[in-house]
Amino acid sequence: MIEGLMLGLSTAFSIQNILMVIGGCLIGTFIGMLPGLGPMSIIAIMIPVAISIGDPSAALILLAGVYYGAIFGGSTSSILLNAPGVAGTVATSFDGYPMARQGKAGKALTIAAIASFAGGSLGAIYLMIFAPALSSVALLFHSAEYFALMVLGLSAIAAFAGSGQVGKAILMTLVGLILATVGEGALFNMPRFTMGLMDLQSGLSFITLAMAMFALPEALFLVLNPARSKTEGGGGKIDNLRITRAEAKAIAPVVGRQSVQGFFIGVLPGAGATIASFLGYAVERNLAPKKEQEEFGKGSVKGLAAPETANNAACTGSFVPLLTLGIPGSGTTAILLGALIALNVTPGPRLMIDEPQIFWSVIISMYLGNLVLLVLNLPLIPYIAKILAVPRNYLIPFILFFTLMGAYIGQNNATELLLLVGLGVCATILRFADYPLAPLLIGFILGRMLEDNFARSMQLYGGIDFIWERPMTLGLLVLAVGLVLLPGFRARRAKARAAGVADGD
Amino acid sequence: MTLDRWIALVILLICLAYGYAAFFTMDHLLPPFMQRNPIWPSTFPKVLAVLASLTALVVLLGLEPAPKDKGTPDIDYRRLGDYKIGQALILLGLMVLYALMLRPAGFIIATILFITLSAVTLGERKFHFLVPIAALATGIVWWLVQGVLGIFLRPLPFFLG
Repeated sequence: MIEGLMLGLSTAFSIQNILMVIGGCLIGTFIGMLPGLGPMSIIAIMIPVAISIGDPSAALILLAGVYYGAIFGGSTSSILLNAPGVAGTVATSFDGYPMARQGKAGKALTIAAIASFAGGSLGAIYLMIFAPALSSVALLFHSAEYFALMVLGLSAIAAFAGSGQVGKAILMTLVGLILATVGEGALFNMPRFTMGLMDLQSGLSFITLAMAMFALPEALFLVLNPARSKTEGGGGKIDNLRITRAEAKAIAPVVGRQSVQGFFIGVLPGAGATIASFLGYAVERNLAPKKEQEEFGKGSVKGLAAPETANNAACTGSFVPLLTLGIPGSGTTAILLGALIALNVTPGPRLMIDEPQIFWSVIISMYLGNLVLLVLNLPLIPYIAKILAVPRNYLIPFILFFTLMGAYIGQNNATELLLLVGLGVCATILRFADYPLAPLLIGFILGRMLEDNFARSMQLYGGIDFIWERPMTLGLLVLAVGLVLLPGFRARRAKARAAGVADGD
Repeated sequence: MTLDRWIALVILLICLAYGYAAFFTMDHLLPPFMQRNPIWPSTFPKVLAVLASLTALVVLLGLEPAPKDKGTPDIDYRRLGDYKIGQALILLGLMVLYALMLRPAGFIIATILFITLSAVTLGERKFHFLVPIAALATGIVWWLVQGVLGIFLRPLPFFLG
């Protein structure tokens, strides 16, 4: 391993490859900030550039830099505008945006940058140590386990429901699942609930729904109540970039736990950054003491650090099946696989033996990429955060414009814009009545994968016997039930304790 | 009846329509070989329809205890008249208009008009700032989307090519 590491260091630290990392991170960050352009589309756009370089190591280093940069850029628009353009950064907006509204935009971006750096760097260390062993573990996961994992992801709804709102949260999740059934499913290949509309044949777009659920209602709320555009502290002045010792102490264990959990979820083909970030958020909320739990969703530093660490660690983890088995675990890594094949590199078990310089230089470039993102972005944070100081008369039209463009670029279809407005109005009304919207989006994101894996498992086992016959499936499902029931159990125990104290027990 | 219960009622009606489609209209389209499968395209929607209807009923009938601390709402829908509802409705109308005009009027004209009119709706009157900013932003986004990313965006009205 030491030999490989030295080889990777010498390759990654060449002037050309350092420039590739810096260039990739910068391009990824700036384009990733535009809602609607996720890492998948940015990498697809960059492939011709990467191939024209000719050197596979340099090309992969450039694309990996773009990948990390785009995820980081997506977090920035989630925090500042509540406009998550990538599914993996939806959970970032839950606490990042409230922090920005409290005048802590700079601090939120700093936490996001540090958590991303830590998640990505620790993930790269795990990749280096565990890659060969993990690839065989990932192969043990079949559709039944994926189904159970999706259920575990959905159990995160308990984390988004306030007291007395679990019913509403479950209802919203089910509505999200219902919306995911619109269009042709991968397994059945038959249009469902399209009402005869060709535009609904391929289903609703995630970007349209995410914009309609988060960005559009927020912009409308800013219009309805102009006082909302005045942040609570600072009035647009960005002066509190530094995190306090207490905050650092609070997020350190979160970063430690979520880098491991996120990485392992990323290793599983098909799971990826989205489930990692939602589960990371849910697990940290459930682990937090009762008082801190109430801060989640209102600007908790732990609530921001958890998904940011988890999604970056998962991105790194997704390279395990790609590099060691040649199996792309997500849409983004599928595009990376295409790029590798175009560069005459065959990823798989022999990559480490036949072309060690590629394998190791990519791992080293991951450290470098995360470091470059931190070094480049920390000094830029005061300027990036100034977006919030733009006068309301200009900020709102531009939020609306980027929301519309995000939906349009994703589908290249004007009907998508009408859908966006319609869904946005519905989301605003739901917000009036205090219905949580995050569960709807989680249901939608996981819905299709959940149904496909459920259907596959049912077909393989001729019924629901797969639940009993596969211990890992059963274990994950039990864990999911536990995740939903735990907050209620803890609340009841705390109530019983309080009653005991009151009675002088 | 409070707004959240009205919404639960609407969702319940939607779920019933969805369930009707799943239970009664989908399976007859199924080819015979698929009818031997343990799972049909309607299976998952049927489960969802039943679960969502039951959950909507729970919210509609108020079976779950109400939260103790509701906090101050972002916007109180019972006093919508106190807010700038007119501006919000005009902006929504402009968004619909933008969607309808994007292809026939072309990206550049539609976008400059959308940004300018939205800002004017919100009270902006410094046209010497507003129009150049709108034009510059439109130009940059068009160049980025069409030129760099290669996604087709018709820049000019249809009669100009």
